[in-house]
Amino acid sequence: MARYESLLDACGGTPLVGLPRLSPAVPEGAPPVRLWAKLEDRNPTGSIKDRAALFMVREAEESGHLRPGDTILEPTSGNTGIALAMVAKLRGYRLVCVMPENVSAERTQILRMYGAEIIFSPAAGGSNQAVATAKQIAAEHPDWKMLFQYGNPANARAHYETTGPELLHDLPTITHFVAGLGTTGTLMGTGRFLREKVDGIQIIAAEPRYGELVYGLRNIDEGYVPELYDASVLTRRFSVGTRDAVLRTRQLIEVEGIFAGFSTGAVLHAALAVAHEAVRAGNRADVAFVVPDAGWKYLSTGAYGGTLNEAEEALEGQLWA
Amino acid sequence: MAIEVRIPTILRSYTGGAKIVEGAGDTLTELIDDLDTRHSGLKGRLITPEGGLHRFVNIYVNDEDVRFLGALDAKVKDGDSITILPAVAGGALGFAAAAALLGGL
Repeated sequence: MARYESLLDACGGTPLVGLPRLSPAVPEGAPPVRLWAKLEDRNPTGSIKDRAALFMVREAEESGHLRPGDTILEPTSGNTGIALAMVAKLRGYRLVCVMPENVSAERTQILRMYGAEIIFSPAAGGSNQAVATAKQIAAEHPDWKMLFQYGNPANARAHYETTGPELLHDLPTITHFVAGLGTTGTLMGTGRFLREKVDGIQIIAAEPRYGELVYGLRNIDEGYVPELYDASVLTRRFSVGTRDAVLRTRQLIEVEGIFAGFSTGAVLHAALAVAHEAVRAGNRADVAFVVPDAGWKYLSTGAYGGTLNEAEEALEGQLWA
Repeated sequence: MAIEVRIPTILRSYTGGAKIVEGAGDTLTELIDDLDTRHSGLKGRLITPEGGLHRFVNIYVNDEDVRFLGALDAKVKDGDSITILPAVAGGALGFAAAAALLGGL
């Protein structure tokens, strides 16, 4: 379908494209091992977060948590804020985003264009400063509504009801699903759906491993696991460093012509690992992975050019996924 | 050859500031016991009194989460690279702010 009543109706239904050049070669006579990319940058605001934003707002409207003219407050490092800003604009809400100041300049510019207001928490102050900032805002504005993507079941449900069914429809022979782990919504929702429908499916998480600066915790007890996370949905979980993420992001555009953000590189790194394992084991594999967004918002990092060392340095201390 | 273990900033007080330390063992439990003989107190930060992996600690063997490899029984061998990280997934700042806004902190 190519005609929609409004932009909100154009959310989801993204293409799944094969990667014939990046898929590993198999010995003659061996079963095929194929990689497939789900292009989530083809959503209304250019990221997979449109699905979650739309479902969270709809759910809040239906339950009465959100009423016309309300202010939505959301801590976000970018894409969710942009998606919510679009949904909020079209549905008649004001949006205030709390975000760390070490996200890319493009993200804040886009948010402001959509009419969102931004409150920065200082990167240098670490989590303590972010907590202090957030507490202060919440205390000053008790009437502002939070959707809280890390614990909102509608986030995972968006993927259970849309991303999962789309993948199964387009690739009934799917054997592996690989996606990035942040709020965990994509993996929990899509993973649960595919586990119910496909025997033996592997659900694989790729988690970005940031530079030391980002782990600004005072001690282990300040860690955080999103409320949505249920480890039993996953089969495996990989940690992918900045260097590997950049390398794979560049490889994807060089070999297959797909211009993606760096979180895609982390996901592709894990997808290639399981694809090559399947080749070694002589197993058939259809590995579908998520491209959460395109690279436009990250150009100012400078990490698409220069050597890998320079790119790694450019992304040090940034939330690149 | 030994097993290389990467220590996060917040646990380097147990390793005299060292980013990378070396250890030995056939399983993760043995490796952590071995590390604790030279870096006293480290084990107590990784493992709960009940004997499980601390909720906010993630340990990776060659970049793969040990919770999916048998947890503390995960096999390790010389030449492996082990990474210990605090659980913050998509960035500590957003999570901390989110939790605070919900009144959870």
